[in-house]
Formats: sequence, C-alpha cells, structure tokens
Amino acid sequence: MTGVTRQQDAVGARRAELAASVEGIGFWSQGLPSWDAAREVVNGGAMPDAAPSRPSPQLLAPNERRRAPGSVAVALEVALAACAAAGRDPATLPSVFASMHGDLAITDYMCATLSVDPQAISPTRFHNSVHNAAAGYWTIGAGCVQPATAVSSFDATFAQGLLEALVQLHAGAPAVLLVAYDAPSAGPLAQVSPSIGLLGAALVLSQSPIAGRPRIRCTLRDAQAPAPVGPLAEIAGDNAMAPMLPLFTALASGDDLACLHAGPGRALRVEISHA
Amino acid sequence: MPPLAIPAYTATTALGRGREAQAEALRARRGGLRRNDFGTAALDTWIGRVDGLEQAPLPEQFMRWECRNNRLAWLALQQDGMLDAIAALRERVGAERVALVLGTSTASIGETEAAYADLHEDADGQPQFAPGMRRPIVHTPHSLGDFVQHATGLRGPCVTVATACSSSAKVFAQAARLIAAGVADAALVGGVDTLCGSVLYGFNSLGLVSTQACRPFDAARDGLSLGEAGGFALLERGHAGSTLQLRGYGESSDAHHMSTPHPEGLGARLAMADALARAGIDAAQVGYLNLHGTATPANDAVEARAVAALFPDTLHAGSTKGWTGHTLGAAGIVESIFALIALQDGLLPGTLNSSDADPACGPQIRFDNVDRVITHAMNNSFGFGGNNCSLVFGRAA
Repeated sequence: MTGVTRQQDAVGARRAELAASVEGIGFWSQGLPSWDAAREVVNGGAMPDAAPSRPSPQLLAPNERRRAPGSVAVALEVALAACAAAGRDPATLPSVFASMHGDLAITDYMCATLSVDPQAISPTRFHNSVHNAAAGYWTIGAGCVQPATAVSSFDATFAQGLLEALVQLHAGAPAVLLVAYDAPSAGPLAQVSPSIGLLGAALVLSQSPIAGRPRIRCTLRDAQAPAPVGPLAEIAGDNAMAPMLPLFTALASGDDLACLHAGPGRALRVEISHA
Repeated sequence: MPPLAIPAYTATTALGRGREAQAEALRARRGGLRRNDFGTAALDTWIGRVDGLEQAPLPEQFMRWECRNNRLAWLALQQDGMLDAIAALRERVGAERVALVLGTSTASIGETEAAYADLHEDADGQPQFAPGMRRPIVHTPHSLGDFVQHATGLRGPCVTVATACSSSAKVFAQAARLIAAGVADAALVGGVDTLCGSVLYGFNSLGLVSTQACRPFDAARDGLSLGEAGGFALLERGHAGSTLQLRGYGESSDAHHMSTPHPEGLGARLAMADALARAGIDAAQVGYLNLHGTATPANDAVEARAVAALFPDTLHAGSTKGWTGHTLGAAGIVESIFALIALQDGLLPGTLNSSDADPACGPQIRFDNVDRVITHAMNNSFGFGGNNCSLVFGRAA
C-alpha cells in the first residue's frame, strides 16, 4: 500500500463489487422439505402431500440423526443439499453458519437445569449448546478441515452471514458454503425469544460467473427492509430466520431484487441476474 | 495480506482494568485467579473474576442491555481512551465505514439463567420471566454486538462471532476481510465473556475443571480455571503513526470431535501454518507465541506437539491462562493483546503455576518470563467443534 493515500485506497475499495454465483441451494421448513418443494409453492404450486416433521441429515450416522438437536439436523440437511446441487464436495468448502439463537431448546434446558440442579447438566447438551455446534458437526461429518464460522446478529443475522460469505470469496476462497437456520423456542424463553418450527437454507456461492446459475450482487445501504411476504413467509414466517426469506423467494420466483434486513436502519440490497 | 494498523487496544481481566494492569501483572508474575466465590460458589475450583462489576451498572440510557456481560464490555471500553479513539475514528472515516465484529461464547446467558431462577406463574399457571427480564436482546448471542453498536454509534457491518473459545480471535480475520473487500475502512474488534452457571457447571460436567489454579503444560495439570474478560482493538488500513499491525490470520477445522482436539493437532497446525503464510513470514521470525494452553490434559499435549512440529527450538511460547483463567470467547482478544504487549514492551510472558513440563513439551514451551525485543508475535485460540484460529502481529518497519 506504499504510496497510496488512505483516501485513494478507500475510493478504490468502494468500487469493489460483492458478487457471487449461486451454485447450489438447499432449503427445509416445516411442510417444505426441499428447495424443489419451496420453489413449487412460490410459483403457485401445491404443498407436498407428506412432508417429514424433522430432517434426517444423511451426513450423520443413523443413531446421531435421531439424537442431533433440531438446529443441527436442519443445518446439516440444507448444507448437504446445497453441496449436492452445486456438485461440490463438502470437504472442500469453508463455511459460514448463521443463526440468530442457536438452539433455543438447549438454552431452555441449560437454564432450567441450572435453576434446580446445576450438577445434573448433561455434558453432551453442554457441548451442543455452543453456537457453532452445527458448524462442528458439519466439519466432523464432512471430514472438512476448511475454516468454519458461526455468527449471529439478532434479526440481521442472515444478511451479516451473507456478507461474511461474500468477503470470504473476495479474500480468495473459490467457493463458500453459507448455512442459515433457527429452531423452535421452548419453555419460558419462548415468550421473549419466539421462534416456531425448524427453518434452514443454504447457498453454495462461488466467485466466477457460471452459465445457467444465478448471479447475486450485494450492497449495504441505509434502508428499511420490508417484512417478508409471500408463500414462504406464510409457511415459515414465525421462525427467527424468516428475515432470509425474501432472498429465497426471489431466487425461486425469478425476481431480480431482494432487500434483506441488515441491522438498525440498514439493509443489504441483493440484485439477482437469473441465468 | 496487506498489514492492518492497530492504533488502539485495551483489555480488562482478573488482572485489572486496562493495558497497564495487564502488563504489570504479567511482568510481576502476579496471577489473578482466586478460589471460586461466584454465585453460590458451590463448585470447588478457581476462577479469574473481574472485580467491581456488581457495583458498575450500565448508564440509564443503556438499561435495555443491562447484564454482567455488557457491564464488562462497558467497563473495558472505558479504559485506555478506547471510547475516545472510537469516536475520533467514527468522525474521521464515517460511522457507516467502521465495522463492528465482536466475539463471545455465551454472551449474556447469565441474564437468561437469572430469569429462570426467578420465574412467576401467570393467570394460566404458566411460568413467565419477571417483567424486568423481558428484554429480548439480552437473551440472544448478539447481546454484546448490539450493545456496543448502540454505545459507540458505529453503523458499518455489525456481527457477533460465536465459535466458542476461538470467537474473538476470528473477529480479526472477519474484520480484515471486510476491510479488504472495501465494505469498511476500519473495524472495532473485540470480545467479552463473563462467568455464569452454564460454563462453570458445563465444563465441570465434562470433567475439565481443576480444583486448583490451572497449571498449563505441567505434567500434573488436571483441568482449566474459568475466567472472564473483555477487550477491544481498532483495525485500520494505512494508519500513519501506528506501529502495531495485524499481519496474518489462519483458520481451520479439526474435523475430529466436538469437545476433544485432534490427537495430532491437525487443525492447530493448519491454522498456524495458514497464519504464517498469510503474514508472509517463516516460523523462525516469530518471537513470541501465546498458546491456547488451557491446562486440560488433552489440549496442552496436542498443542505442544503441533508447536514442536512447526517452530524452531528458539521460539518463546507460553500460556497466560494461569494469570487470567480461560476467558473462553474473550480469550482470543485478551491473548492477542498480550501478544501486542510482548511486541511493544519486549515482555514475553512464560507460564504461571506450572513447574514440571509435560513430556510432550518441546523446548519452545517456556515457564519463565523473558525480556527480549521481537518483531512478530502470534496467538493461538482453539474452540469446541474443532474450531481453530491463529493470528500474527508485527510492527511497522
């Protein structure tokens, strides 16, 4: 940076484009157990007849699939689906796991147990209580030694997670996995931290334009993102990760713009070029 | 990567408030651990507790964020002129051009624990939080980020990184990426974690808590001592007059186990090698390495082997957990600041409370302090889920 003033440098940097190709998409909500099912209802089609009540992520061994916290199950389900759609080996991708709350049922368990018998805390539930539990199970299951992160930004979590995935691409990663999810709330916590049902979605994003894949271009600006509307919001709008739904609605419907809440008075504007 | 200037930094730990309290205690080898006197103090263990938080409520305008964790954030922000430095930066580059990336492991879950300890039945007999506890923000992981955003008026990207004990090391990496991509011109990074029932009893349930003050890398070590801390640093590209720099970061996953490190330290080695490569330096150029060194039997043996595999015998590496305790999501920032103190003062801390080195320790693992001028310092932070981060710091030529 020798010889470049800060101001010149900043102006140059401001022109930097935050863009990516969407190589693969995963989606799971109560009633919509796949991206195909989500796309169908966004475009006026019917809900699937028989949807499972809980995902069964194939990355985990059968006994672990049943025991895994709901948040981990939905995250691993959509992550694997996005990798499959992209034709990418999960072991090769750095990952960003975005969740507003992590697993509220485990938080409820921890706080309830601490209030009656602290010595009875389950060691498994404790290590599953970390916000990066899903990221941990993912990298272990996929045999992935690439970096994994876990972020939260209240109701702006998805936009901030997307931003981190995009700047990872800018920093040189050829492709990045973004996984966003939240789980149902439980116990007294549900009054202050409401979240209903399981909801997860994942994107495999890559640097280079690819024929046949949508391209997104993102800018952070001062704006109020409108509340999510449409079929996905009607089905999963009570989950804490609902602020991500405008992007998935646009990806499904062919809209060329989505506006995502990115913090107080801030929005991430996502322009989409559909292939 | 292009170096990023670190024009200001601060830490508050069991050693005291602000940078000088840390440097003085490290130099005097005065530890901050005490017998557990937190809450009901039922666990027989030692803790690194920050004094005075009980008497330091948040100012009236911040009551929405009131909790032990945000009290510590506020206390830490008031040391070393950090709030003034943030305000000056905000004025100079614009509030929307300063990113805020903070790390925590449990955020203010202590407040949620307190709400559960004081439930009231409503008319239908359902247990409810007391009215004063119905503040959604303090019951989420982003409690810290949201509080600091409002307290500082920064409007750039704002995010909380929560990858357990690597959280506030990874904030440097994420902030560096945001700046490199032109999303921000500068960043406030940091981390805060406070003592609470979840971590005391959680680590106890895993059998990882010692009944003594922790003894990192000692052959007889038998677990960690938990601590609490808060710290912050500013990162900025091309800041004239600042000599300290972030030079590199490395991140990796173990792909092994949720709460046990990879037996050969695979992820640790990858993170350290990646940080050195991004800094563009050889391992031999590192003068001080602040180890993760939790004093659990598994971590220290694995980390010692990984260090021996990468670094020459001349490296001075130590764990400062014996001074502060394991401050979890704040360990990354606190120990990065110890690395910055090593660079600035030539004070290379050894390891406190330990006397007989584990056979796994190579000559790099040091128990005694040394005074030596160095050009590069490094920090390791490893977390549950096999989540690893290493950072390289240097001085402007």
